[in-house]
Amino acid sequence: MDTPLPPATPEARAALRWPEEGLARVPFRTYNDPAIASAEDERVFRGDTWNLVGLDIEIPEPGDYRTTWIGETPVIMVRGEDGAIRVLVNRCAHRGAMLCLSREGRASNFACMYHNWVYSLDGKLQSIAFKRGVRGQGGMPDSFDMTRHGLRELRVDRIRNLVFATFSPTLEPAAQWFGPRMVWSLERFFNRPIELIGGYTQVLPNNWKLYAENVRDSYHASLLHTFFATFGINRLSMDGAVEVSERGGSHLSWAKMETDDAEGTDYASGGLRSMRDLAIEDRRILRSWREFPDGITHMIQTLFPNVFLQQIQNTLAVRMLVPRSIDRSDLVWWVFAYTDDTPEQRRARLLQSNLVGPAGLVSLEDGFIGNAVQRTTRGDQGHGAVVEMGGHGVGPERQSRVSEGAVRGFWQQWRGMMGC
Amino acid sequence: MALPPPLTETERRFLTDVAQRVVDCAGAVDDDRLEDWPEHFTEDCVYRIQTREAQSKGWPIGLIHCEGRAMLRDRVLAIRHGNVFDPHTYRHVVSAPRFAPGEAGTGPKLASRHVLSSFNVTRVMRTGESTLFAVGTYDDTFEDVDGQWLIRERLVLLDSRNLDTLLVIPI
Repeated sequence: MDTPLPPATPEARAALRWPEEGLARVPFRTYNDPAIASAEDERVFRGDTWNLVGLDIEIPEPGDYRTTWIGETPVIMVRGEDGAIRVLVNRCAHRGAMLCLSREGRASNFACMYHNWVYSLDGKLQSIAFKRGVRGQGGMPDSFDMTRHGLRELRVDRIRNLVFATFSPTLEPAAQWFGPRMVWSLERFFNRPIELIGGYTQVLPNNWKLYAENVRDSYHASLLHTFFATFGINRLSMDGAVEVSERGGSHLSWAKMETDDAEGTDYASGGLRSMRDLAIEDRRILRSWREFPDGITHMIQTLFPNVFLQQIQNTLAVRMLVPRSIDRSDLVWWVFAYTDDTPEQRRARLLQSNLVGPAGLVSLEDGFIGNAVQRTTRGDQGHGAVVEMGGHGVGPERQSRVSEGAVRGFWQQWRGMMGC
Repeated sequence: MALPPPLTETERRFLTDVAQRVVDCAGAVDDDRLEDWPEHFTEDCVYRIQTREAQSKGWPIGLIHCEGRAMLRDRVLAIRHGNVFDPHTYRHVVSAPRFAPGEAGTGPKLASRHVLSSFNVTRVMRTGESTLFAVGTYDDTFEDVDGQWLIRERLVLLDSRNLDTLLVIPI
């Protein structure tokens, strides 16, 4: 468990030679080398990791399913007749055709369209078309054992509403693996029943790791994202920090900023002042209320390798990153709210939704900035990214938000798994 | 399912008028006259971009939700001064408009009718690459303001849940 493995192939070994500066450098080829991507699929996504596959509230009834990918592997998250959530590889055990083509649905079993091999919701092979042949001719041999040709079932674990799966038979439970501080934040996000109020898939034209770094990098926030600065919207930061998980790959970044009082009165009288000639006309999109008793208004959490949670004022979302090719990733968004919201709170979330997401005024730049890096990395000539803001290490446990400690933490865990 | 009834002369004239509004509005975006874009809407307009999936699930949150012309102007100001992105423009191809199913021939009140137009939006990067960016339907209602049909409510309904890279210029 967690012991570094030797790289999978000689190509990967050569590609994964790391510069002597260690965590303070990231070779550009890690974003574009197919040998690395292939080793990564095996070591990270099919290795000792808990990968998010979905939210439990998406599949409330027996037979409800939703499909996604873990790395290169297509999977089905399905609720069985017994109410249990299972994760099955979405590949017929016969010829390998994808079983479920829909993104989601309700099924009583999974029948392969190619030759009608039928599986129960728990992945067992139930029946095979023409198993006994036709009029005594053909058919499967007597030695064919139905019990040995079910769908591959992954181990499943849940933390609150999040459903995780792993290929590892031995990895410790998800809560232990992520660690108590990460679980504390998940319990905070999902402190009471939620419902989905939005969702979309943002196609990012970059390697998945460039986005994974971007979210862990709180240094860029006020520099790349200039909406607030341009319009003189002054957000007074009272307190904030970055915390990196024990293994390095997961993190929390939180801040407490001024908000309106709970009633949501005129936000302009709060910590907002226009200091320039340029000003937006309608400030209703900025109206927020203090949502959590701890006073934290901004919480960004990552879970290694592919999960991001967001509380940006009153916009709440889970994002999941699915690598689709070396230079394309799908960012799947679930926008959620608490079921006990008042109508006023729901309305504030709706207006604030203009600030976040692929069209978000405050952060839409995150959609293309990974590609700005991606397109320079092809001719890397041995160069790499410099990651020294805040030092060379991952710690301390709690650090300034002007730090790249969580980015170094990501690479620490990734390199441990990749054996480099 | 019966065919929609033949259009009355009034309906025909209305669709011709609003078709002009729809293409003029798209033209303002395509020609980078973004400051003109909000002028095609009423002062208390609603402009939303939403996916078909969200609509069918009843999700209120989409990609953009603007209430009032001032929010449209704020979007334009953000594009010009507040946001950072790879420079690009759009080219809209918009179909002829039609009444929403069941709304043709439903009486004299044209202002409450939902008018649907299909669109394709190609995104043209300043570096030269052109790609199909968005496919969907405008679901519009109009209001007669001083003899001009302005867009009172527009739902930009995207057929796909996938959105490439980012959405900064309005559709």
